[in-house]
Amino acid sequence: MKSLEELQRIKEAQLEAIRLREADQKAKIVVGMGTCGIAAGAREVMSAILDELGKRRLTGVAVTQTGCIGLCAQEPLVDVILPGKPRVTYGKVDASKARQIVAQHIVNGIVISEWVVNRGEE
Amino acid sequence: MEELALHILDLLENALAAGARRIIVTITEDTERGLITIEVEDDGRGIEAEALAQVLDPFYTTRKTRKLGLGLPLFQATAAQCGGDLTLESRPGQGTRVVATLQLGHPDLPPLGDMGATIAAALSSEQEADIIYRHRRGQKEFQFSSSWLKLHLGEVPLNCGPVLDWVRRYINKGLAELHGGEDW
Ligand code: FES
Repeated sequence: MKSLEELQRIKEAQLEAIRLREADQKAKIVVGMGTCGIAAGAREVMSAILDELGKRRLTGVAVTQTGCIGLCAQEPLVDVILPGKPRVTYGKVDASKARQIVAQHIVNGIVISEWVVNRGEE
Repeated sequence: MEELALHILDLLENALAAGARRIIVTITEDTERGLITIEVEDDGRGIEAEALAQVLDPFYTTRKTRKLGLGLPLFQATAAQCGGDLTLESRPGQGTRVVATLQLGHPDLPPLGDMGATIAAALSSEQEADIIYRHRRGQKEFQFSSSWLKLHLGEVPLNCGPVLDWVRRYINKGLAELHGGEDW
């Protein structure tokens, strides 16, 4: 079955990344999945992020989600946490903004300030 | 919500928020009787009896006191609109079961939508929960389970981009086959 061969390939790429110790200092993307986040399109935002990471073969990025954050008016919310950097929260993200966040913030390390609704301490 | 899959994602989020270790999603399309049944069962901490009555109260959503179950009245309304209903059973400490039945072919029935993205989103939770998804249509069935995926992945975590993206495409392909290639 073709899908399983592909899964095997993904597994090998990930194992390679773990071997290179990238895993210790993984970048992380968190998507808010509370009820209003879902209604506002958070799932599509996550799909766009996954698709973009896949296309760019970015293995060192963990994608995760969180429930209600309590910032409903700004949903969909996406947090980006780069190793050693404070957490940056983007608000009112859609699929196209999500792809740009991957390209600019994750790949180039440039924060897209105009969409930021909150910045972590540290 | 424009898709049944988004209502399902909301139920999955409730289950995760309730600390579930195991969540079973069962969708049955009974083409003979013209019904679609969506069931989400979890072993989370459940809902107290008094809160249970409130969760499906149509005015509950306007009270901002409790965040759990905000989407349930929305799903209930969708089910009612489609000539069906939604039931909620919960036992504190044992888990929760939500069953929604809707009429297939009802003009107001939302499309099933992107179930692959829904399951992938739920799997991206940091909380480790086994998710089982069974989809039956007439005699045919599609199944996915996160423990089967973990078996294949070994030490590779589920919540990395390429894996979740694979999950989304794998499930959608399976469902497309179940529907004979037609789009829902
Ligand atoms: S559901 Fe959106 S912040 Fe709570």
